[in-house]
This record gives sequence, C-alpha cells and structure tokens, in this order.
Amino acid sequence: MDKLLEVENLTKVFALGSVLSKLRITAVDNISFFIKPAEIFALAGESGCGKSTTARIILGFEHATAGTITHSGKKEAKNERVWFTEGIQAIFQDPFGTFNPLRPVERYFFETLRNYKLASSPAEAVRRIDAKLHAVGLSYEDLAGKYPSEFSGGQLQRISIARALLTDPQLIVADEPVSMVDASLRMSIVNLFKTLRDELGVSVLYITHDLATAYYVCDRIAIMFRGDIVEMGTVEEVLMNPRHPYTQLLRASIPEADTAHRWQGEIRLADTEQDEYLRQGCRFAGRCPHAMEICRSTPPPTVQVEGVQVRCYLYSEPFS
Amino acid sequence: MDNTILRTAALQAFYQLDLYGKTKVVKAVNEVDLAIQADEIYGIAGESGCGKSTLLKALVAAVEPPLRVVGGKVTYRIDGKEVDVSTLSPEEKRALRLSYIAYVPQGSMSVLNPVARIRDTYRDFIESHLGRQRHQEAFALAQDHLTDLGLPLKILDAYPHQLSGGMRQRVTIALATLLKPRILIGDEPTTALDVVVQRGVVQLLKEVQARLKNTIVLVTHDMGVHANIADRIGIMYAGRIVEEAATEKIFGAPAHPYTQYLISSLPKFGDKSPRESVPGSPPSLANLPGGCPFHPRCPHVQTRCKEKMPGFTQIEKNHRVACWLVGEGEHGQAA
Ligand SMILES: Nc1ncnc2c1ncn2[C@@H]1O[C@H](COP(=O)(O)OP(=O)(O)OP(=O)(O)O)[C@@H](O)[C@H]1O
Ligand SMILES: Nc1ncnc2c1ncn2[C@@H]1O[C@H](COP(=O)(O)OP(=O)(O)O)[C@@H](O)[C@H]1O
Ligand code: SF4
Ligand code: SF4
Ligand SMILES: [Mg+2]
Ligand SMILES: [Mg+2]
Repeated sequence: MDKLLEVENLTKVFALGSVLSKLRITAVDNISFFIKPAEIFALAGESGCGKSTTARIILGFEHATAGTITHSGKKEAKNERVWFTEGIQAIFQDPFGTFNPLRPVERYFFETLRNYKLASSPAEAVRRIDAKLHAVGLSYEDLAGKYPSEFSGGQLQRISIARALLTDPQLIVADEPVSMVDASLRMSIVNLFKTLRDELGVSVLYITHDLATAYYVCDRIAIMFRGDIVEMGTVEEVLMNPRHPYTQLLRASIPEADTAHRWQGEIRLADTEQDEYLRQGCRFAGRCPHAMEICRSTPPPTVQVEGVQVRCYLYSEPFS
Repeated sequence: MDNTILRTAALQAFYQLDLYGKTKVVKAVNEVDLAIQADEIYGIAGESGCGKSTLLKALVAAVEPPLRVVGGKVTYRIDGKEVDVSTLSPEEKRALRLSYIAYVPQGSMSVLNPVARIRDTYRDFIESHLGRQRHQEAFALAQDHLTDLGLPLKILDAYPHQLSGGMRQRVTIALATLLKPRILIGDEPTTALDVVVQRGVVQLLKEVQARLKNTIVLVTHDMGVHANIADRIGIMYAGRIVEEAATEKIFGAPAHPYTQYLISSLPKFGDKSPRESVPGSPPSLANLPGGCPFHPRCPHVQTRCKEKMPGFTQIEKNHRVACWLVGEGEHGQAA
C-alpha cells in the first residue's frame, strides 16, 4: 500500500516541573500510524492528549524520544529533516498568532519563495502567490499591502493555507486549524481541505477535537487518549460505531445542533492531566464505566476488530 | 405577565477611536432591544467580530473608553423596580457585581492568579466582597458551593496550572456564582475546550441555573452548545440582533437568510453531503454597508435591502426577524 508518511513507535517523554524532578510523563507513547497520498487523516482527542506533540515531531520542531518517521519511503536522517521543508507544511490554531501584526501579510509569501528559491523574478513570484491565493478563494490584489488586522480570522487562516501551498507540499499538518474560528468559517476551511485533496492530491493531517468536521472531511481517524492511540479506522466505523469506551464518551459529548438530541445524563471529568498520564494499566480506567480489575494493573493490548484497531480489554481475552 | 429582568432599549455601544486625528467609529452594538426573562437561558450567536462581547460588556455595565454607550439604555429589575444602569454610581455597580449580576469574560480561565492556590483565590474573593469578619462562615459556604456543583474539594489545594483547562473554567464559573447572582453572563465559556470538557462546563451551567433559578446569558459561536442549553437565541449580525426565537425555532425554522446559512452549514453525523458556508466575509463595523448589513452576502438581496434597514417582523409569537423577505418590519426597530 502507498504510504506518504509513516509514523512508527513514536514516543516522547517530558520531564515535569524542574530539571531535577524525577516525574516524567510520556506525552506520546509508542504510537504508529500512516497517511496515504491524497488522504485527510484526523488525529483527535481531548486537549493534552499528545496531538500537538506528535505534530511538532513530524514537523521537526521537536525530537522524538524513540521511534521513526518515514516520508515518501525516506526515513528521517538523524536530526536532519531534508524532506520536511518542502514536502510538509504546517498550519496552526491561532491565525492571529501566525502573522506579526506589524508586517504586511504578503511579506511572508515573498519570504517563503525566497527561502526555497521558488521564483526567479518578482513578476514570477507574484504570479505564483496569486495562483496559490486563488486556490483558497482569494487573490494577490486582496492582500497586497495589507496588515493582519485588516483581515478576519477566517481570511487569515485561508491566507496561511495559501502560504503553506507555495512549496507544493504533499502533506499539510493542520493543528486545530478551526478551533478559534466560528461555525460558518469552520466549514469554509474544511471545504478547502477537501478541494486540496480532490483537486491537487494534497494529504492533510487534521488535528482537532471537532469530531463533526472530522467526520465530514476525513477518510480515516485515530483517537488519542493520554499519549495512546486507543482506536483507529475509517471515520465511518470509528465515529458512527465507536468501540472504545473513550471514543463512545467523545461521541456522546459532541453537542449536536439539534434540540431533539440534548445531552442526557452526567459525565465525569478528569481532575488533572497528570493523574491519568501516570496511571498504571489502561489510562482511561479512572473514568471508564466498564473498568475491570485487570484494566487497573496492565495496559490493554491493541487488537483488530472488523478492520478497526482498538486498545481495550473489552475486545481481547484478558490474560490469565 | 412581564417577567423581564434585564432589558435593553435601542442600545448603541460604539468604540470611538482617534486615529491620526481622524475619528473612527466602530459600531459594535447597534439599536439592540432585548427583553431577557427571569429564569431563562438566553443564547447569543453570531460570527467573530459581530459585537457579542461588546454587547455583554454593556449588559454588565463594564463600559470603558474607547467603548461608549452612545444611545439607548440598559435596565435591571431589582426587587421589582426598574433601574437604569447609567444612573448607578461606581459603588452601587460594585455592590451589584456578583451578588446581582456576575460576568465570566472571554478567556477568563486565564484570570486565576497563577501563583496562588485556588483556596487563596477564594479567600481573597470572599474577603473583598463580604469583609474579613464573615470569612470563616463564608469559606464553609464556598466548600458547600463546590460540593453542590459537583467539583472535588481537593482542587482548593491546587495551583491553576495543575488543573486541566476544563477544571479551570469550572472553577471560574463556581467563583462567579458563589454569591448566588440573579444574572450570570458568560462569554464563550466553552470555546477552545474539547468536547468532553465542554459538556462538563455546560453541565455545570445547567446545574447552577437549576439551583439558583437565575438567568443566564450565554455567548458562544458553537451552535451545538446553544442547541443543548439555550431556551431562546438571539442571532447577531454586524452589531444588530437580526433574528430572535425559541431555540427549537432557530434550529427548526430559521427565517433570516443569515440564520439559515448558519444552521444549514453545520455538519451532521451520518451525512457527508457537501455543506456551504456563508459566502463572502463579514463587513467592517467601522464601515458598514448601507441598508441591511447582510445585503452584500445575501442570495435574496432586493433593491430596497440596499437602501433601508428592515425593521422587525413578528412572524409568530416570540419569533421576530429583521428581513425584507419576511415582512414589512412593522414590529419595532431592527434591533
Ligand atoms: N477595545 C477595542 N477597541 C476598538 N475596537 C474594538 C475593541 N474591542 C472590540 N473592537 C471591535 O468591535 C467589534 C466587535 O468586537 P467584539 O469583541 O464585541 O466581537 P465578538 O462578537 O465578541 O467576536 P468574537 O467571536 O471574535 O469574540 C469588532 O470589530 C472589534 O474589532
Ligand atoms: N515542552 C513540554 N514540556 C513538558 N510537557 C509538555 C511539553 N509539551 C507538551 N507537554 C505535555 O504533554 C502532554 C501532551 O501535550 P500536547 O501534545 O500539547 O497535547 P494536545 O495537543 O493533544 O493538546 C500534556 O500533558 C502537556 O502538558
Ligand atoms: S481497557 Fe478497561 S478501563 Fe480501559 S477502556 Fe477498556 S474496559 Fe475501560
Ligand atoms: S433584508 Fe434583504 S439583504 Fe437583508 S437578509 Fe433580508 S433579503 Fe437579505
Ligand atoms: Mg494542541
Ligand atoms: Mg467575543
């Protein structure tokens, strides 16, 4: 099978508190997944579960404690991510944080072209910028000479996508690109991802906790909980027929825009992240309605259930 | 029977900015008429920058330059009497804060003092509002309050950074409701929280409302949250409320073209059919288009839309819409 990006046994350990502190958390714990060409893959889960850490390692902003990342068949060379720069581009959560308020927005575009030596003349640069802006429904004229404050959040987010497209990447890593924008703009951004996939063959790693948009645009999804991938498969299987108790909780917590389906019953929340990260056995055991004796002592194995990967004792034989 | 506890009449709140000697006026709240009922959860929705937070600032009388109330008024009903907020002295406003009206601003979970334990934040809060003498008694009250709201007492010994984002937000809400305010105003209390935590915060707000039998005004652009908690919803566009109805009506029979886009663009599980977002981009509140502010983006625009702002048409009891398509706007100024 064709794999554009493959993450194998990725682990990242952080020391908590001071350097001398012995307390360590495994923010990402031995996770593996791959992304196909022209695929939108979602990485979902509550805040603090390790999504951004995974993204930052893929982007080369952070070193893994263990594990490998392979891009188009090329394994990463130690600390030298030659492939990352052009082939993979990033989009972040806060569109206002991406651009310096005192610099005209177009400068970022010219800078990227210069850094990657992608234009031989100013006229060619403008042509290229204009073409990428057209892909996101804007044009060079819309942004020439303007500063970030002159755009809405949604426009800025589309502008940052256009900038990411300048290098013709095969993969866009989008870390919570819609969590700060309102419902109407959300759709315009995820619709844009669809267009990029269908028309330009670009893949997207869509990191989010908005499962409704994930269902709408994604092909496959991995659900993370405290550093583990607890369930992975097609969005149809994972979101319409969730198997892992945590996915079931996530799914039941999505506020549906339908007054006939208001939330029923109460839920329990974690008091602190640390408690769960440091838990022995299944990290969800403290909140899981099905927790058994063994769940509290030994982490469950990952098993395949009807094409879906699930990490929970409910789907495997407890060891004797 | 009129059960209005919080009212605005033709309220206008503008940011007046001095830019290189030229005055720029941002019309963030324009001609808003609200009649919020005692015991209801009133939701306000609208896209980013449409004036939601500004409206809330005016409701809680937290208007500071460059923001000014340039027209209309806000009134509270306190012990059966209508009180015009603009007549209150700073002392009177302070006395009403938290005991009568409490405000949880946007991004407020970051306001907890990072170097103080939650216990100390509570103590400071109680002392500043009730005085030292009643401290012991009040602290017992705080513990009861947390227990009532289903929050674990051990959080009192934690520092804010040790709590998850959702727990911080719930602590902020618990603090704001300690003095049992009649009105609680929340600005995006669930935004940027993940869905499970969001549900926990909504659960808490409902719990607060059930116990205190008070009024909640909730701003969020998450329509799913509105569907789950609000009794009535006001849809805001470019500084104005353009539609207002019971939550079921807003979702089931939206009448304003903007509301219709808002509702139909929401993704649904089990339905992958393409969804359109609202075309175009929001207008600048410093340079509004004439007539109906939605006209440059509206698929149903007619000539008169560009010339004159439609008034409200009451299409049903408790369902009003400001759009020429719907009626002649004979039911009051478009708020
Ligand atoms: N202190 C300020 N000075 C000048 N203009 C301001 C100020 N605060 C807000 N504005 C402007 O007033 C308008 C309304 O802002 P407001 O914060 O009320 O929007 P909002 O609906 O709450 O948006 P969001 O959903 O992004 O929170 C915007 O055009 C904004 O740029
Ligand atoms: N630089 C860091 N140092 C210490 N801990 C970190 C660091 N970055 C992230 N963490 C911790 O790792 C966990 C996962 O974080 P993150 O990847 O940001 O989660 P997400 O993006 O899913 O919200 C959290 O407990 C977070 O506090
Ligand atoms: S392994 Fe046990 S505790 Fe973990 S999710 Fe499954 S049943 Fe629940
Ligand atoms: S008044 Fe006219 S422009 Fe405004 S929403 Fe109605 S039809 Fe559209
Ligand atoms: Mg993150
Ligand atoms: Mg706001």
